[in-house]
Amino acid sequence: MKKLLALLLSLVMVLCLAACGGTAADSGDAGDAADDTSAGDAADAGDTADDAGDAASGDLITVGFAQVGHESDWRTASTKSAQDVFSEANGYELKFVDCDNDSATQLEAVRTFVQEEVDYIIIDPIVSTGWDTVLTECEDAGIPVIVIDRTIDDSDKYVSWVGSDFLVEGQACGEWLKAYAAAKGIEELNILVIEGSVGASATIGRTDGFKEIADREGWTILDSQSGDFTEAGGQEVMESYCQSYEGQFNVVICQNDNEAAGAMTAMDTAGVTYGVGGDVILVSFDANRPYVQMVLDGKLNANFECNPMAAPTVSEIIQQLEAGETPEKEVYVTESWFVAEDDVTSITVNGEEQECIVVTQEVVDNRPY
Amino acid sequence: MKNKLAKFTKQQLFLPVVCVLLVLAVNMIYDISQGNPFYNFFQISLTNGVLQGRLVNILNRGSEVAILAIGMTLVVSASAGTDISVGSVMSLCASFCCMLVAGYGVSSVADASEFAMPLIVGLLGALVMGCICGAFNGALVAYLDIQPMVATLILWSAARAIGLLLCNNLIVYVRVPEFAVYGGYIGPVPTPLIIAAICVVVVSVVLKKTAMGMYIQSVGINKRSSRIAGLNSRRIIFLCYLICGLCAGIAGIVNASRITSADSNNIGLNMELDAILAVALGGNSLGGGKFNLAGSIIGAYTIQAITTTMYNLGVSTAVNPVFKAVIVIAIVAIQSRPLQNAVRKLRSRGKEVQA
Repeated sequence: MKKLLALLLSLVMVLCLAACGGTAADSGDAGDAADDTSAGDAADAGDTADDAGDAASGDLITVGFAQVGHESDWRTASTKSAQDVFSEANGYELKFVDCDNDSATQLEAVRTFVQEEVDYIIIDPIVSTGWDTVLTECEDAGIPVIVIDRTIDDSDKYVSWVGSDFLVEGQACGEWLKAYAAAKGIEELNILVIEGSVGASATIGRTDGFKEIADREGWTILDSQSGDFTEAGGQEVMESYCQSYEGQFNVVICQNDNEAAGAMTAMDTAGVTYGVGGDVILVSFDANRPYVQMVLDGKLNANFECNPMAAPTVSEIIQQLEAGETPEKEVYVTESWFVAEDDVTSITVNGEEQECIVVTQEVVDNRPY
Repeated sequence: MKNKLAKFTKQQLFLPVVCVLLVLAVNMIYDISQGNPFYNFFQISLTNGVLQGRLVNILNRGSEVAILAIGMTLVVSASAGTDISVGSVMSLCASFCCMLVAGYGVSSVADASEFAMPLIVGLLGALVMGCICGAFNGALVAYLDIQPMVATLILWSAARAIGLLLCNNLIVYVRVPEFAVYGGYIGPVPTPLIIAAICVVVVSVVLKKTAMGMYIQSVGINKRSSRIAGLNSRRIIFLCYLICGLCAGIAGIVNASRITSADSNNIGLNMELDAILAVALGGNSLGGGKFNLAGSIIGAYTIQAITTTMYNLGVSTAVNPVFKAVIVIAIVAIQSRPLQNAVRKLRSRGKEVQA
């Protein structure tokens, strides 16, 4: 019996740990489908083209890119964006390494870039710590490092970081809701939030950003629970909300697309109508193509993008460096806000006017991921 | 009267039932303190054509763990070990089912006319896949004498990955009503509940009507003496793992059908722990031997009752695991033999002093 107790207690502990350890979700794409690219091939091609490239075209800027892996559509879009931007036509030569979520491989890749004397190194760090030594090596070799998407916490020996501003995403959501409610003449907002994985940067940013606006406007946030960025999680939380707050809420904020899909099923079951013309305003984040389609169909009122296309911004930074200028330390990629109706076409976030894109079939078709 | 009460409290199912009632009572107290009617939590209504209410949620959402707990109980009883691969096997079966139905590499099916294969093939495929996984575990444990946790560790780590491969690293969406029904509703009743009930009834009838239940317990208590008594111990252990795999397959279908997609990364994640906990909460010894299926089922629904309680209480997500842990510790402590003995001793000492 003692043994059983000990086993159970340790089980409980493991359960707690498992529940606490939120996924270190990159940019809120957790749980998204993954699409295999021929990324490995690209890396090989980069290697073989190495010698020839240097000799033949001295003008090309060589860029080494150590990518995380290919675990989601979001990631694949990020890779494709880099391959499109750093093409020979644009005056670049790209050495691409898919690190398959292995941080040792990534360190090795960066060291190889240093040995090959590339002009610039781009890193999407798999882990946020343990970078100081290798970044010092880059600095000693005089190669500027640009960090994208995820962050490096224990070293500042890089030129710039390029990524999403989750706080602004949350704020934009709040500002849009304010404008939308005003346009529709809705006076009282009672909001339910389905958060992402506990501790993920996307969850923290989106929650804080939205709450800031909600507090300022005096809205009621009835409840805020985690759906773990999954469809099943969103469904279960929404099911519970429908019972706890039956008839009391008119806004549901889901912090990623998968959760929104789950929330829809739960509301269908409970007989709650949502989206355009429904009782509940339903909002999502990430804006993957199927969910932008849902905005077009009027199932979602708005969807706030999390942009994987860091490469164009990185290219700008490289051009700045080439011109001898000093780029900013933190650069945010531009992100779009997709809405279903044309009541609100622009919002002011932090004093800056931003456009809301009314979704058409063309917008959906042009979504890269 | 006193004798009857004592007899009642001595029953194996008494404590698990008390525990689930305690969890429900927490909600009642909370509702009263919030100024809601005390029956708030227990209210069941027929809205939108389906049964709704907290109790329905518990019975509905707890079904997967209940189905898993059936197989887990048998495995624990026969082999004195646990099958930690059930969560991953669930994911594999769900992926295999959706892959068969949608076709390899297809990420989304929106209509039954786009099916690569009839739905029934997918469902049967998932069940067969579950049996294969169960048979693999069973063979390792029963015939190669590998420790259960080590043997099932293989599929624990591999099955989910195989599922991802089958799905070509995609989430395969099968967004058709024919598939959604297994995680949805038949008439007003949640289908997962019906499926769980069928599984429980079938297994308990088999255990009661045949000598299987007795064989399993006998093997669990003493493998060698059972063999000498003429039982094929190895085959019985193998069968238990096979049934456990089949249960995982069923649970996988239910879970995938709920979200009408095969999300290999998340289906059944950590559910093996819930299943083991369910067996333990049901008053079963993880050391094998005697078992009580009803206890495990009650244990499974207790776990879901705790989760639903967390939602009802609106406990913030960050501290949720802590609350859960406290409740589980309390439940385990109530059922702990040494603690019960200590309480009994204290009581009798009190009586002596009075006398």
